[in-house]
This record gives sequence, structure tokens and C-alpha cells, in this order.
Amino acid sequence: MRNWVSALIPALVAGMFANQAGAGEISVKVTLPQINTSEYHRPYVAIWVEKPDQSVQKNLAVWYSQKKTDKGEQSDKWLKDLRQWWRKSGRDQSLPMDGITGATRAVGEHALTFVEGKEPLANLPAGQYNIAVESAREKGGREIVRVPFTWPVKKAETAKAAGQQELGDIIVDLKP
Amino acid sequence: MKHIYTLVSIALAATASVAHAHGVWIAPSSTVLSAPQFVSFDAATSSVPFMIDHRPLVIDALNIIAPDGSKVTPVNVMKGELRTVFDAKLEQQGTYRLELLRSGFRASWKDAENKPKRFMGTAEALAKEVPADAKDLQVSETDSRMENFVTVGKPTALKTTGKGLELVVATHPNDLVTGEPVELTFLVDGKPTEGVEVAIIRSQSRYRNNTEEKTYKTDKNGKLKVSLPEAGMYWLDADFKDNKVSNKVAKERTLAYVVTLEVLPQ
Repeated sequence: MRNWVSALIPALVAGMFANQAGAGEISVKVTLPQINTSEYHRPYVAIWVEKPDQSVQKNLAVWYSQKKTDKGEQSDKWLKDLRQWWRKSGRDQSLPMDGITGATRAVGEHALTFVEGKEPLANLPAGQYNIAVESAREKGGREIVRVPFTWPVKKAETAKAAGQQELGDIIVDLKP
Repeated sequence: MKHIYTLVSIALAATASVAHAHGVWIAPSSTVLSAPQFVSFDAATSSVPFMIDHRPLVIDALNIIAPDGSKVTPVNVMKGELRTVFDAKLEQQGTYRLELLRSGFRASWKDAENKPKRFMGTAEALAKEVPADAKDLQVSETDSRMENFVTVGKPTALKTTGKGLELVVATHPNDLVTGEPVELTFLVDGKPTEGVEVAIIRSQSRYRNNTEEKTYKTDKNGKLKVSLPEAGMYWLDADFKDNKVSNKVAKERTLAYVVTLEVLPQ
């Protein structure tokens, strides 16, 4: 009995650490490129975890203007231009979404970190996913970039994809 | 000279009837919206759908039905020489349905001097208009439904009425994207019906050499599958004939259904 218990304790301790090590992390670096145009508006951007069938597993971030325009129109008028996101998730949400929606961002690199067990990532079932980043810009274009990853993360790694016009590098750092 | 006039009028009549069957349309400025707002519509009859080149559409019988079933009154209605324009303020979340229903009896015959005559209207008016000695009298009942759908926010389920020719789209009509085939079911008086003839034409036909009209027929379950590989506005026309007339004065019933479908890129 005693032998059995003492053998069990290290296993339990190891289990605790294993659990901690299992609090995986996804860091997403999104680069909004400099675009030379006479009238630049910051893009609307949606970032989400996408299942292989392209349905939305979790929304991670949505950047859009929540101010009314000078005509008094609601700015969510343009959310439909984030076409994929709008069709697959946006239209089902009540906006703004707590901890997910925020103001539009400037040109440059934006780093976001999502931790297992914490919103908005919370508990992500094991499987194959994409980090999807969609951008739509007033008087500009629209683009979607996908970076595939496997969950849970077994060893630290970096995955990367790049947009052609509306998005720069999308770098996904995965930590077990 | 008189002969020429007769020929011209026959030619015009023929053109008009073709245009009527082939180019009646209503086109919305948007179909997918993320906030309440105005939407503007063009409505016309024309040589090819969505081309503004013939006559404005009479929209007196138009209904704009909000998601909660209430009616929206069109505003800024302008009947031009070539098209009718109107706006609608869409304030609720969900799917709005525009419907333009037209029904009546159509008659053609020859009078005592063998001149061709035509009539279109109600059965009662027809009884008064058509003389008892009309020769070669042909009477048919017509029943047509034209629809447009526009959604604010999340699309809501659509109901059919069980009357005339109607369409059920497996994917919501405001949820169509390139690369996803669409299953269509046509109902006649509420029942899926085989042999409904369907034609689909994509907009912007002026900028190509062929209208690229595609034709289909429903299978025994009233279904057909369509792939719409290019984004754009599509005009869909469905036609069916049977003998389920509401008044025995007609031998045949001609059913038509027209809808505008917008397909967005992925």
C-alpha cells in the first residue's frame, strides 16, 4: 500500500505539471500594411479559430469602428464587408462582443495572445484548425489569410502566412 | 400602308410578350446588411434581365413584408421612362420579402371581321369583353409571383403560401456564395412538382457576347441543383402550366415565378 502511494505521488505531481504545461498559448501577430492611397481608412479586421469545414470555432478579435458616422449612421453598417466572418459568425452575434470587439487599429504589427482556459480561447477541443484573419477597408479591398495549426500544441512552433494586399505577415506562435 | 402598320403592331405585340416573359425584374441595391438602413430598388421589363432598356415596371401591387409580417411602404417612388425606382427603409433584424403578385385571365380571339383581339383582366371583366360569337377563342389563367429578399443581420426562415408557383431555397436566398451549389425546390400549390422549367441569367450581360442563360427542369421531387460559380446578381424565372384553373372559362393555367438572387464571393 505504502509503496503504491509513494509511487502515485510523483505521478500526481507530474500530472499537475503536465496540466500546467498543457495551458497552451496562441500568439497571433497581425501586420496591417502601409497602403499608399489618397484616402486611407483603417481596416475592419476579424480574427477567429476556424474548423476544417470553415465554420467558426471561436471568435478571437474583431476591430471595427463603433462610433456613429457624421451622417448618424451606425458604423456596424460596414461589418458585412468582413464577408466570411459576417456570414459564418458575425450576423449571429450580439454586438459589441465582450472581450472580443474593439476599435480599429493603425498600420503596423499587432500582437495578441490567447491562453487556454481563458476567454476568448477558453477550452478548445483537440483538432485541426486555422487561425483566420480577414480584413476589409473602406474604399479599399478585402482579404482573408489562414494559418493552419493543430491543437493541443505538442511543442513550441511558429506558423506563418502572408496576405497580398490588405494584410501583411500573419505569424502564429504556438506554445504547449 | 395599312398592311405595314398591322405588321408593325404584330411585331411589337410579339416583342412585348417576349419581353414580358423574359425580362421582368426587380433588383435591390443590397441583399446582405449588417445594420438597419435604406435599400433602393430598380424595377423594369426589358430585353434581358437587369438591362434598363425598355419599360418601367408597375409596382402598385408590390408588398414589402418585414420579418415580423408587417408591411413597409416604399418611398421615393419614381416611375421613369425605362425603369421604376423605389426605396425601402429596413429597420428590423431579419429577412424582408418583396413580392409582386399578378393574376388574371388572358384571352385572344378573332372578331366578326377576323381581326385578332386580346384581353387581360378578371374573369368577370372577361365575360363582358369577349363577345359571344368570338372565333378561335383561347383563354388561359395566369398567376405570377415575383420576389426579392433582403436580410438585415441574421437571415430568418421563409414561409411559402401554398398558392401558385413558389420556390424554396435549401440555402437561405440571402446566404448564397460562389462555389456552394444551391438546391432549389419548386412548389405548385404547396406541392413539390416535377417538370417546372427554370431559366437563370447572370447580370451584366451587356459585357459579354452571350447571355449565358442556363435552363433546368425540376426532377420528380420538384428539385434541381444549380451551381453559380460567379459572383453577381442572378435572375431566375420559373414557368409551369397545368389545368387547375379557378374559373372554367380558362382551360389552362400558366404559372410563373421570378426571383433575384445575389451570389457573393467567398
